[in-house]
Amino acid sequence: MRIVLHIWRQRNSSDKGRMVRYEVPTVSEHMSFLEMLDVLNEDLIARNEDPVAFDSDCREGICGMCGCMVNGVAHGPLPGTTLCQLHMRHFKDGDELYLEPWRARAFPVIKDLIVDRTAFDRLIAAGGFISVSTGSAPDGNAILIPKHDADRAMDAAACIGCGACVAMCPNASASLFMGAKIAHLGTLPQGQPERASRVLAMVAQAKEETFGSCANIGECEAVCPKGIKLDVIGRMNRDFIRASWGRSGA
Amino acid sequence: MELDSKCPSGPIETRWDRGRFALKLVNPANKRKHTIIVVGTGLAGGSAAATLAELGYNIKSFCFQDSPRRAHSIAAQGGINAAKNYHNDGDSIYRLFYDTVKGGDFRSRESNVYRLAQISVNIIDQCVAQGVPFAREYSGYLDNRSFGGAQVSRTFYARGQTGQQLLLGAYQALEWQIGEGRVAMYPRSEMLDLIVIDGRARGIVTRDLITGKVESHIADAVVLATGGYGNVYYLSTNAKGSNATAIWRAYKRGALFANPCFTQIHPTCIPVSGEYQSKLTLMSESLRNDGRVWVPLKKGDQRPPNQVPEPERDYFLERRYPSFGNLVPRDVASRNAKLVCDEGRGVGATGLAVYLDFRDAIERLGRETITDRYGNLFEMYERIAGEDPYQTPMRIFPAIHYTMGGLWVDYNLMTTIPGLYAIGEANFSDHGANRLGASALMQGLADGYFVLPNTINDYIASAKLEKAGASHPAVREAEQQVAARTKRLLDIQGTRSVDSYHRELGKLMWDYCGMSRTAAGLKHALAMIPELREQFWRDLRVVGAGEELNQSLEKAGRVADFFELAELICIDALERNESCGGHFREEYQTADGEAARDDANYSYAAAWEFRGVDAHPELHKEPLDFEYVHPAQRSYK
Repeated sequence: MRIVLHIWRQRNSSDKGRMVRYEVPTVSEHMSFLEMLDVLNEDLIARNEDPVAFDSDCREGICGMCGCMVNGVAHGPLPGTTLCQLHMRHFKDGDELYLEPWRARAFPVIKDLIVDRTAFDRLIAAGGFISVSTGSAPDGNAILIPKHDADRAMDAAACIGCGACVAMCPNASASLFMGAKIAHLGTLPQGQPERASRVLAMVAQAKEETFGSCANIGECEAVCPKGIKLDVIGRMNRDFIRASWGRSGA
Repeated sequence: MELDSKCPSGPIETRWDRGRFALKLVNPANKRKHTIIVVGTGLAGGSAAATLAELGYNIKSFCFQDSPRRAHSIAAQGGINAAKNYHNDGDSIYRLFYDTVKGGDFRSRESNVYRLAQISVNIIDQCVAQGVPFAREYSGYLDNRSFGGAQVSRTFYARGQTGQQLLLGAYQALEWQIGEGRVAMYPRSEMLDLIVIDGRARGIVTRDLITGKVESHIADAVVLATGGYGNVYYLSTNAKGSNATAIWRAYKRGALFANPCFTQIHPTCIPVSGEYQSKLTLMSESLRNDGRVWVPLKKGDQRPPNQVPEPERDYFLERRYPSFGNLVPRDVASRNAKLVCDEGRGVGATGLAVYLDFRDAIERLGRETITDRYGNLFEMYERIAGEDPYQTPMRIFPAIHYTMGGLWVDYNLMTTIPGLYAIGEANFSDHGANRLGASALMQGLADGYFVLPNTINDYIASAKLEKAGASHPAVREAEQQVAARTKRLLDIQGTRSVDSYHRELGKLMWDYCGMSRTAAGLKHALAMIPELREQFWRDLRVVGAGEELNQSLEKAGRVADFFELAELICIDALERNESCGGHFREEYQTADGEAARDDANYSYAAAWEFRGVDAHPELHKEPLDFEYVHPAQRSYK
């Protein structure tokens, strides 16, 4: 099939950028979306034009490196799917697709479809961990965790940090990403001692990084490739309020 | 060159304790005066950087991805082995050691493997404390499953995302240290050369992948945790960016490269669908716990799988290996799949696939249990293949997955260049000629959390390094080499893209140095590779400049190194006139088609020394002694 692409081209962070139209005339339905872009790039190289820069690594939906807006939707039209796992069988001959980088002030564009997501790393560095040094752990079975809790923690821990939630949010809020980490660690007994300090530090860092606030719109949940649920944000808010009171009372 | 493995002697149970005790320590207050570079942030690199920082060292950590959380360890699905014997099923440290030495087809070092089995127990504890959400039983205790090559349940898992969860544990530990200011993190940076001063590793030259700026970093020691080189085959289960450049540049600076031909082919991957294919996706080995592998009995049977009646199905693994059945090790499962496809009994459009069928397991356990165990893997399969594995058996085929070979290291994980360490998949030491499932995560974390942080002190304490700065001639020379090479790649201005060369090289390697190898095929490959390499350097086209983000340029540098490494792999495969583990030479097989090892002549690690791009490398042999597990033909029958 033939696919028409309009792709955001921007040489570097100081370039203004613009949409450019391309055609890929020989798309197979078995190709992944990124393989279609590979084919386009091979064609551009053959014409001595600069190939489209886009991030990808594992190409099996787990590293969180890939992603762009496809017709205004983060990771494209298929729910629960990263861009690398989206296959062209979900499109039809003649489709016109508009590809843009993640849209958020906290994720500045580096080149074409590549953005800088290091703000996510700084959120984790602020508090998204359990501070246990290597060697001091008790036996794994000394900490009993009910299956239900372990499963819920795993649901939240499945986040791949791709940034689709931020890109899709009208406020560019990182609440789903933060909530996922806070719910993951806060559900487990190991995460309790730092539960209050964690949420306070991460929320403060998010403000610093210019992520917006959550207005309960839910676009993040709709595009999350790993099915992280909105209730992690509720959990984060509860933890935040409790931690703030705890602190002012202390 | 005399290869000294520095393995402690005496009873194997206490070698690690005694070995550690003999090593020098660094006073906690002095540690912050020393800088250590760690390249790569996967399980090995991430855990090492975090742990060394906790100990007080100054750490500089590098990765080519945009975040340390993306390293390819994240894609490991099935699990991590540990000899906890929580299930009272006869497991022990000794049994994990035994299984791993046997699984590696008697080509690994006993001392290293025993240490790995010992440490496996601590890894689980450490990861639980970090909040890794391992699967639990209803009682709250840790759950286990079985994996290939073992008859006990010792694999800990977090759904089908064990690698992700373990990596996030290490990543969070690393981010904690970054936040504390003890680690300086350099994402989107690629190591392009090693700086060697007075025979010691003293730093690296990197290229900032956003600006293209070439920079030098000086340190007291350098740790390479840069993973394996499976992408030399182009199509593999590795991430697109996984590459051999760091270890290859170290090799060219004098580090020996051991057993390059020991590459692992994973039996359960989604088959190739077309020329545009950019990578292959693995389906976890854990699926073989409940899935049954089969092909039709008749050649060229075109019926849909559900219409093939039971008596006309050949469950070939269960038939040939009744005691291990579908859980034979990876090399055995892969080779048998190839065998039935060569017989014309393969399935799917290309005939290069076998079925992995869950019908019986769904009947026995119910769909819900299967969803619980493998839900995300089934979804992934459906997304890629467009078929529902609950209804139709999966089609699978072997693909390059892991490389057991790597930089030669001694018991303390130091390469032949003093001050240069290699950990995780980047080294060669623990898996011999074949790695067992759920052992890569174990080795990465053992090296990073527990081995290296104990052994590196000895070097730091005794090295007595001169101060070196950016103006040192060795630093200048390395920087100039990097700049010259970049310029050379950009100046070719030929006609063919990097990917087109990479694909061609990969096909050549898969055809002649893949699942089975022959002397004639390897000689053919050794004639073809230099020709293709010469064409690459004459007719490559890299669009764009060096002082900007340029993904074609990044790939070109990596593929240039793959060309040289491919030759070394073939040289090693040709030199090893035996079949063992993942290295199957058709000339050397038993009457019933199993790998025939030659212990009398090849019971050694082959460590190669670089002598020049067009010169034959020099072979050094490290003899392997088996005091505990006595070499026998591996039998899984």
